[in-house]
Amino acid sequence: MSGNVGIVIVSHSPDVAKGAADMVRQMVGDEVPLGYCGGDPDGGLGTSVEMIMAAIETAWSDAGVAILVDLGGAETNSEMAIELMPEERRSRIVICNAPVVEGAVMAATEASGGGSLADVKRTAEELSPQ
Amino acid sequence: MSPPLQPIIEAMAARVIAAAEELTALDSAIGDADHGLNMKRGFEAVLADGANIFAKPLPDALKAIGMTLVMKVGGASGPLYGTLFMTLGKELPNEPTMADVSRACNIAVDAIKARGKADFNNKTMLDVLGPVTSHLGSGAANFDSIRTVAQESAEGTIPMKAIRGRASFLGERSIGHMDPGARSSQIMIDAICDVLEGKA
Repeated sequence: MSGNVGIVIVSHSPDVAKGAADMVRQMVGDEVPLGYCGGDPDGGLGTSVEMIMAAIETAWSDAGVAILVDLGGAETNSEMAIELMPEERRSRIVICNAPVVEGAVMAATEASGGGSLADVKRTAEELSPQ
Repeated sequence: MSPPLQPIIEAMAARVIAAAEELTALDSAIGDADHGLNMKRGFEAVLADGANIFAKPLPDALKAIGMTLVMKVGGASGPLYGTLFMTLGKELPNEPTMADVSRACNIAVDAIKARGKADFNNKTMLDVLGPVTSHLGSGAANFDSIRTVAQESAEGTIPMKAIRGRASFLGERSIGHMDPGARSSQIMIDAICDVLEGKA
C-alpha cells in the first residue's frame, strides 16, 4: 500500500460508512489506505469533525487523501476537519463531489492503480452530473 | 464594555437546551430533525467544560467555545456556529468596545457565509445574524431594537425558499416554515440582550 492515495468515507450513518468501506475493500483489498466514519458524537445519525479527523489519520498517505461524503453536513464537517489538520497536510486532502458509495469504489480503484490525488478526484467525479 | 462572558454563555446554553424540542420540530418540517438535539449536545459540552473555558481571557474563551461546538454538535451547525465563536475570538480584544463587537460580527458573518457557501436570503442563520450585525453597526441599536430585529428576521425566513442545506432538497416545500438555524440564532441573541440588560 503506502504510496497510493488514501480514501476516506464520511456518511451520516455508521452502517452506510462501514458498508461502503466493505465494498471498497472487496474491490481493492489492502492496496489503498482506507478510513471511514459515520454518526454524530453520540452515535446517532450525523457526522463528527473529531471522527473525520481520525479517519483521515487512519487513511493518511503522503500521496494525499480523497474524502467521499454523503449529505451537506458531512461536507461542511469534512471541510472543517481539513482546516484543523496540520498545515502541511491540508493541501493534500480533497473532498470529491460524487455519490458516496459509487464514488468511493471508483476513487479507490483509481488509487489502487497508483493514480494521483487529482486523478482519483476526477475519476470519482465522473459520476457526478456536470 | 467588558462583557461578562460566563453569564451570557450560560444563559445562551440554558435557552438553547430548553428550546431543543422546538428547534427539532422546526427542523423536522424542513430538515433532518436534529438541530435541537445537536445544539443541546454542543452547549452541554460547553457547560461541562465551563471551569476551563471561563478561566481563559475573552478571545481564548470564545475560541474554546467555538472549538467545542465544532467537535460536539455533530451537524453542519457545529462548524457554522463554531466558526462564529472562533472568528469572534480571533477578532475581539480582551476588553472590546461596541465598535470592536460590531466589526468582529461583520467578519464573523462573512466567515459563516464562506463556511456554509451561503448568502443572505438563503433561509439560514445568516438571515438573522446579518440583519442584527447591520443593526449593531447602525449606531441606533438598543437592547429592545436588537431583540426586535432578531425576531422579525427569524420570522422573515418563513416565506423564504431554502437554497442551502438539507431544506434545499424540498425546494418550494421549504416555504412556510421558519428556518431552525435562524430561530436558534434569535434565541442566542435574546439571551445576550437579556443578560446585558440585567433581565436574566
